[in-house]
Amino acid sequence: MRQVKIGVVAESSPGETRVAATPATVAQLIKLGYEVVVEAGAGEKSAFADDVFVEAGASVAGGDEVWSSPVVFKVNAPTTQEIARLTDGATLISLIAPAHNPDLVEALSKRPITVLAMDAVPRISRAQSLDVLSSMANIAGYRAVVEAANVFGRFFTGQITAAGKVPPAKVLVAGVGVAGLAAIGAASSMGAIVRATDPRAEVADQVKSLGGEYLAVDVETEQSTDGYAKATSEAYDRRAAEIYTEQAADVDIIITTALIPGRKAPVLITAADVAGMKPGSVIVDMAAAMGGNVEGSVAGEKVVTDNGVTILGYTDLAGRLPTQASQLYGQNLVNLLKLLTPEKDGQLVLDLDDVVQRGMTVVKNGEKLWPPPPVTVSAAPAAPPTAELPVQKPEKPPVTQGQKFALIGVGILALFLVNAYAPEPLPQHFTVLVLAIVIGYYVIGKVHHALHTPLMSVTNAISGIIVVGALVQIGEPDPKASVLVLSAVAVLLASINIFGGFAVTRRMLAMFSKG
Amino acid sequence: MTASSIATAAYIVASLLFILSLAGLSKHETAKNGVVFGISGMVIALLATINLAVQNAEAVAIVLLLVALAIGGAIGIWRARIVEMTGMPELIALLHSFVGLAAVLVGWNGYLEHQYFPLESLENIHNAEVFIGVFIGAVTFTGSIVANLKLSAKISSAPLVLPGKNYINVGALVLFVILTIWFVASPALWLLILVTIVALALGWHLVASIGGGDMPVVVSMLNSYSGWAAAAAGFLLNNDLLIVTGALVGSSGAYLSYIMCKAMNRSFISVIAGGFGIAASGGEDTDYGEHREITAEDTAELLKNATSVIITPGYGMAVAQAQYPVADLTRKLRERGVEVRFGIHPVAGRLPGHMNVLLAEAKVPYDIVLEMDEINDDFASTSVVLVIGANDTVNPAASEDPSSPIAGMPVLHVWEAENVIVFKRSMAAGYAGVQNPLFFRDNSQMLFGDAKDRVEDILKAL
Repeated sequence: MRQVKIGVVAESSPGETRVAATPATVAQLIKLGYEVVVEAGAGEKSAFADDVFVEAGASVAGGDEVWSSPVVFKVNAPTTQEIARLTDGATLISLIAPAHNPDLVEALSKRPITVLAMDAVPRISRAQSLDVLSSMANIAGYRAVVEAANVFGRFFTGQITAAGKVPPAKVLVAGVGVAGLAAIGAASSMGAIVRATDPRAEVADQVKSLGGEYLAVDVETEQSTDGYAKATSEAYDRRAAEIYTEQAADVDIIITTALIPGRKAPVLITAADVAGMKPGSVIVDMAAAMGGNVEGSVAGEKVVTDNGVTILGYTDLAGRLPTQASQLYGQNLVNLLKLLTPEKDGQLVLDLDDVVQRGMTVVKNGEKLWPPPPVTVSAAPAAPPTAELPVQKPEKPPVTQGQKFALIGVGILALFLVNAYAPEPLPQHFTVLVLAIVIGYYVIGKVHHALHTPLMSVTNAISGIIVVGALVQIGEPDPKASVLVLSAVAVLLASINIFGGFAVTRRMLAMFSKG
Repeated sequence: MTASSIATAAYIVASLLFILSLAGLSKHETAKNGVVFGISGMVIALLATINLAVQNAEAVAIVLLLVALAIGGAIGIWRARIVEMTGMPELIALLHSFVGLAAVLVGWNGYLEHQYFPLESLENIHNAEVFIGVFIGAVTFTGSIVANLKLSAKISSAPLVLPGKNYINVGALVLFVILTIWFVASPALWLLILVTIVALALGWHLVASIGGGDMPVVVSMLNSYSGWAAAAAGFLLNNDLLIVTGALVGSSGAYLSYIMCKAMNRSFISVIAGGFGIAASGGEDTDYGEHREITAEDTAELLKNATSVIITPGYGMAVAQAQYPVADLTRKLRERGVEVRFGIHPVAGRLPGHMNVLLAEAKVPYDIVLEMDEINDDFASTSVVLVIGANDTVNPAASEDPSSPIAGMPVLHVWEAENVIVFKRSMAAGYAGVQNPLFFRDNSQMLFGDAKDRVEDILKAL
């Protein structure tokens, strides 16, 4: 079979600096069996020259040839003209934002093409490696701190200098998603005091691990089941608003990252909060493109308020680190193709039974497949990284704590009753038995794992102590013949155990030697 | 000082020595002392008891006693000398059966040799003790015989699946309780015979319905039973030494069973209920891709250039008797400056600690033989892993595929190493009947054939 050609097109939207492949990802695509053609100048703004792509094994061609490839890689959603440039049967992989762009989805489904949206990856752990939203948010969060630092007129870190004491900057991060975490990490590594808010209390540990302090909103909230934050309750909102007002007056820098899928971003910082901030403070509204978390922020703009607070509403934060962003985006695409190329033979296979692939497929051969059926993954509480819960086997439910206590209670009660009613010498025997079991448990618990077999053979030998019983019986005065025979047999068997057990244990132990 | 008071004092000393004996086995350094303690305890107990027995015994009884002791001792030492280390599981199972049978005989005698009891309640208790002792002993006896036959491959190790097998087990227990009450109310020989038969059948069925790979649990479970049988005999004979020793052995076996169950991520009940690998066969149709083969020469080349090697043996190494060439390989590689270690899964083999004994027999130093938990984090920084005769214990599906029948079982993370060489006779599935995705991984290569021959080929190539 012929290798399938992947075309990496140049971005047309103004201000876009990224490209959908880098030399490093091109090499990986070729390893998967594909042929790669890059549009001339596509990587220029990301500092990847054409000849570097050629060195990595790609060919460089003009726009028309690249757009006619059977698989097209792109960063931003295509324009109407660009959709027309795709050949029939082609597969387009790019950011689409299908939830926000129904018209675009409609336009795409008019063509007999297949479209995979990189920003519609289901949030399950298996799909993390292709989740562009995560990789871009990570970059954006970092860049938000850098932008804030650029505008902020002071150090982030506190210092005692000969010229006087410098207080550390205080940073509030609203929303602890991937972007929020990146911002917390960046700001605290620059020395700032970082605080963070988020409706999901389970992120507290993550905040702490990056050096931040989590501000809890003490209102009960619903747990999200799809890995995204949900809209919050009224009581929660009231308390949260109070916290934002308090914090706005105290902190120097606010970075907001709160987004709710498919809806306008929630307003967290009101105009009054902004007015209460100290002059020279900086706000970075990372949700500006979706309506903004801050009253007064303008998407793509830098705004300075009357009281000297700078509000940055940049929407291209990830693109401001083009080399990094292209590399991570390109790697997300490579990871997707690894999933789509199970045979590593350069043949693209789309498996709609796979929730990840189904979730991303917006259009399949001209058939509109958006929206996909919901994927519920209970990544909600502080669950371990595997979001896919193991399938519970239809075995018995695990014993609960209560049942366990009940069982122990019944056991103790039974022991108590038996001993309370039984005549001597039974209670005395039970005392010995119970104590011996306890001793046995502690003694055996310390046995080295390599000595388990010798342990078994020694216990074999000492359980031959049953010979004592047989000996006593054989020694009874005036025994019956049957008893005599049976005891003799028992003595014989038990002594095999005693001698055999000890002998074999000695033999085994003699073999163990230290290097 | 009468013979009886001497015996009592001797029993206390013996109990203490037995505890010290088990405690000594906790470390390699003290293990040999532990055996000495055990032997001394046994000698003291035996001498005191024989002294007690000969007080009233008739001449014929004494002769019988000494003859039985001598024959038993001779057989025991003879078996212990000739047993192959790969045959340890069978021997241990057989030894369990002797304790079981002895307990049955002691119990029978307890009934036949009727003492006089001042109280009726005491007589009732005595009768109940006879039944309990006989029951546990008989279950241990036939259970161990079946385990022995399975382990020595005299019968198929596949689990016996009778319809309603769990009801059979529970039914036998209920029947036992009913018979015990009956016997206490009106003792009769036929009841004793009946309960013995029921218990023998239960023991047989219990172990017959458990498959070969669960044998580590079964053997340690039977070890535990043999202890309880001895303890029950102690109750019957009012003998504290028997109770102490029985309880020590009983809790030791129970603890080992617990460790084994944990290592397989299974509950004790589910092992008894059996049926592993029969009901569950999820993901059979999955296409795992192609496996790759490697030759012994290439493996040798790989090992030569490796900085660290981990060998994870399984039951297959015991079957192929490959421990000697493996030990030679270890020595050769260590001489070349390659770091060689062994990773042992708790249920590798057919007996707790089986692999350790085999490797020790082949003179592999015990300080490079590590347990799963000790070595699991090191696989990622290992150049080559040799999987010799292990399958389910290195199956990545256990930790990665939640629908796998062995999901959640702790396994050796061999797949994290740079290269994995799997020694295997064919592509057949392991004991659990679960396909192993390890074989199809990019970093895995298969070396087909008898493990012993292949390791010897590698040695030649080196």
